[in-house]
Amino acid sequence: MSQLDFETWSNGIFQILLNQKIRQVAYVPDAGHLHLIRRCQESERMISVPLTTEEEGVALLAGAWLGGDRGVLLMQSSGVGNCLNMFSLTKVCRMPLLMLVTMRGEWGEFNPWQVPMGQITEKLLTTAGVLTFPVFASGMLEETVDAAAKMVFEGPAAGAVLISQRILGAKTFEK
Amino acid sequence: MDSNRSLHYPLHRREVVEQVLSQRGTMLVVAGLGAPAWDVSAVGDEALNFPLWGAMGGAVSIGLGLALAQPSRRVMVITGDGEMLMGLGSLATVAVQSPPNLAIVVLDNERYGETGMQTTHTADKVDLASVASASGIPTCGTIKDHDGLRSVLPQILAEKGPVFFNIKVCAENLPLVLPPKDGAFLKDRFRLALLGNNAAC
Repeated sequence: MSQLDFETWSNGIFQILLNQKIRQVAYVPDAGHLHLIRRCQESERMISVPLTTEEEGVALLAGAWLGGDRGVLLMQSSGVGNCLNMFSLTKVCRMPLLMLVTMRGEWGEFNPWQVPMGQITEKLLTTAGVLTFPVFASGMLEETVDAAAKMVFEGPAAGAVLISQRILGAKTFEK
Repeated sequence: MDSNRSLHYPLHRREVVEQVLSQRGTMLVVAGLGAPAWDVSAVGDEALNFPLWGAMGGAVSIGLGLALAQPSRRVMVITGDGEMLMGLGSLATVAVQSPPNLAIVVLDNERYGETGMQTTHTADKVDLASVASASGIPTCGTIKDHDGLRSVLPQILAEKGPVFFNIKVCAENLPLVLPPKDGAFLKDRFRLALLGNNAAC
């Protein structure tokens, strides 16, 4: 994936978040969200909330929804495991929860410590009652985020777009 | 460690909550699971209360999201020491956002009250107000008696936030006063009262 491709689809997702009136953007950073996080931080229509752990984001966005704000949670697949108990809040209160998850441990992963969680991310989400929208090609990203956001906010439902390492390029520490 | 010291603290949790909420005005209230939710409900089951029956460790984060969404309203998080200990990182996140309308009150009886009154870390060395202060929350304190509570009540209710007060309360088992427990009902009731017709979208 070229830098230009990366910025193009990140910009596309940012525009969809704007169209969906997303206001609170909670995140634990991932390289795959780098450009999107930057765009959200620069937007006067959004509040960016860096977290210490992903489950904070699930609770934060529940509070946001109580107060009338839409939000999105950006994280890496390893963060999904951190959220599991907090998904009960979203489910029992029937609140919307939109998540954009960049995958690790899934396509050409160089770090074996990422593989166990990466391999069960979608199963865990499904078990927790979260809708999943896996994407393996950058050309499908924008429409998938748009489709997921519609189902999340019109549900209300919890939904996660899973952005494959195939799109992001498997991380390496090679120079 | 004197694990029984909290049996003798002079402040009672329900009088503390009564004092905080008796002048609530347009305040929005998030109550942590267990005794704080029962304490808030003992003062009155209100539409603008969001009492938790789960989501342990999430009360402060819920309050933060609400405070950011509703900057013109005072948001009061009332929770317990066990719940707060599970979400210490959220104090750092609050400090970084620094919402001026958020107040956090911890009712610290040094126990896990719902599970058999086992001691929490605050019965030992952990000082929650110091954690909050070191996280960067500008106004923090520990309150141990009635004079202390009287003197900080104006700060809890109105000082520019975020503010954090850890209130040492007597470890006691009180009659349960249970709020509704259907989360969807609590959420819809809250949003209708706060947002009116906009609650539907």
